[in-house]
Amino acid sequence: MEGVKSQPDQVAPRSLWTVRGTLSKPLYRFIALTSFVLLLTAWWSVTASGIVDPMFLPSPQDVVGQAWNWATTDNLFADTGISIYRVMAGFALSALMAVPLGLYIGAFQPVRAFFEPLLEFSRYLPAVAFVPLVLLWAGIGEASKITVIWLGTFFQMVLMISDDVSRVPMSQIEAARTLGATNGEVIRKVLLRSAMPGMFDTLRLTLGFAWTYLVVAEMVAANSGLGYAILQSQRFLQTDRIFVGIIVIGIIGLITDQGLRFIHRRLFPWAKK
Amino acid sequence: MSTLLVSHLNKRFGGFEALRDIDLTLQSGEFVALVGASGCGKSTLLRIVGGLETRSNGVLEIDGQSITGPGHDRAMVFQDYSLYPWLSVIENVRFCRGLKAYRGQEANEAIRRADLLLDLMGLTRVRDSRPDQLSGGMRQRVAIARALMAQPDFLLMDEPFGALDTQTREVMHDLILHVKETEKSGILFVTHDVEEAVYLADRVVVLAPHPGHIDSVWHIDLPKRTQDLKLAPEFLTYKREITQRIRATSGMVSDLSALEALAAG
Ligand SMILES: Nc1ncnc2c1ncn2[C@@H]1O[C@H](COP(=O)(O)OP(=O)(O)OP(=O)(O)O)[C@@H](O)[C@H]1O
Ligand SMILES: [Mg+2]
Repeated sequence: MEGVKSQPDQVAPRSLWTVRGTLSKPLYRFIALTSFVLLLTAWWSVTASGIVDPMFLPSPQDVVGQAWNWATTDNLFADTGISIYRVMAGFALSALMAVPLGLYIGAFQPVRAFFEPLLEFSRYLPAVAFVPLVLLWAGIGEASKITVIWLGTFFQMVLMISDDVSRVPMSQIEAARTLGATNGEVIRKVLLRSAMPGMFDTLRLTLGFAWTYLVVAEMVAANSGLGYAILQSQRFLQTDRIFVGIIVIGIIGLITDQGLRFIHRRLFPWAKK
Repeated sequence: MSTLLVSHLNKRFGGFEALRDIDLTLQSGEFVALVGASGCGKSTLLRIVGGLETRSNGVLEIDGQSITGPGHDRAMVFQDYSLYPWLSVIENVRFCRGLKAYRGQEANEAIRRADLLLDLMGLTRVRDSRPDQLSGGMRQRVAIARALMAQPDFLLMDEPFGALDTQTREVMHDLILHVKETEKSGILFVTHDVEEAVYLADRVVVLAPHPGHIDSVWHIDLPKRTQDLKLAPEFLTYKREITQRIRATSGMVSDLSALEALAAG
């Protein structure tokens, strides 16, 4: 009989290659892990085959050994600690200034007119080229590293935060105004709250920039920290140690990024991506 | 009892004349619908009344007091995206209670009012849900409840049901008529839908474009609104005549010969 079937039709699952499709968490993790495993295997094969001089590309085992060495007989943890401290200090300084400023730029057109072109200009000034000047102004103490990180992150951060604020839907603002909210109340109760998930993401992204500028700062004006250690290793042709420094920074970045994403989901369950 | 008065009101955007010589009065408990072709200035007029847009000249006052900006005597309901997604339903409804403008008002009274509004809007079940967990119709109910929480003298609505399906709209229509009875606010309601306008309003104002001006005002003299009324001859007469007015003023006559030429290839 037409139209009658004893067995229900099996519906084929959606293809993994649907544009904007979905992926189960375990499968996502599996694929992500695969990329790391592949990278490691490729690295290991190249070095094991002996076609490259270990001085150019040390083997994974050498790098792990060197990491152990650095951690036990040298001061890997102290170097990492001081680097983290500098990144956090420079980044916190940027954020403390950028969040309120970005909020006001996003809220008031005159503030935007005053700052935005200035910031767009400053954003294109190469922060790295400021290093000699910073050394001149701030010496080689902690202040100079923090200043370099600030220079590298602040301008981007303000502009991105003001964009986050500009993206708050107009009707959210206007609804508050027709309920009698003052300017201050609109800023605190609507703009800030509505833009918060976006701002949090902006901070997460700019934290990555901070690490780049940290290494720059430590390479020229430090006698401690991961950047400094990388530069020292170059002098003694300790390629494996350079790798350790780079990988440690990568791991710290990965962990903070994942941590911040987790916090984001917890704090802002209403903000859908 | 308050009276909103619009008289000889004009609005220009730069060199563009959006509204010319608008006269309109609205009293507490009255329902006025604004209809008209797209772009004739309905939203602009509503936003001027709400204080979100300035008028170029003319009179806009409530009980003799000139209006210069938004205020909680005129709450506005938007078509979409105006709820606060980080707040629960009840927190959205109570939003205005956290504002300075409402200091000194009885707190217990406010809690009771919020609960009554949830009940009136059929939202008690979703009281603690977030807006993104609700359907479009439910969300608009929250937006209306939030506006009513301010006990506004006038409720301004810009195509509030424009994004809803027909069944949900019908439910919302009867709900909003019920609100009009219980709250006694004056309601100014912008819509594209003539049937909606005739069903809800005491008066339907037809705006015409180029520049936006009042074309005609229709006093709707119909018995108590029920869904069956929509099929009654008097109702259909209003609907047809108002639709014809809008069509005549919109200047958009479908060019049949052009269509035929197109079809003929
Ligand atoms: N801020 C503005 N600047 C310049 N022109 C504007 C502005 N706001 C509205 N207009 C113009 O004023 C006219 C009326 O717009 P309005 O949005 O009030 O129309 P409407 O009747 O609500 O249309 P619709 O039915 O499509 O919502 C339009 O031609 C529009 O382009
Ligand atoms: Mg409109």
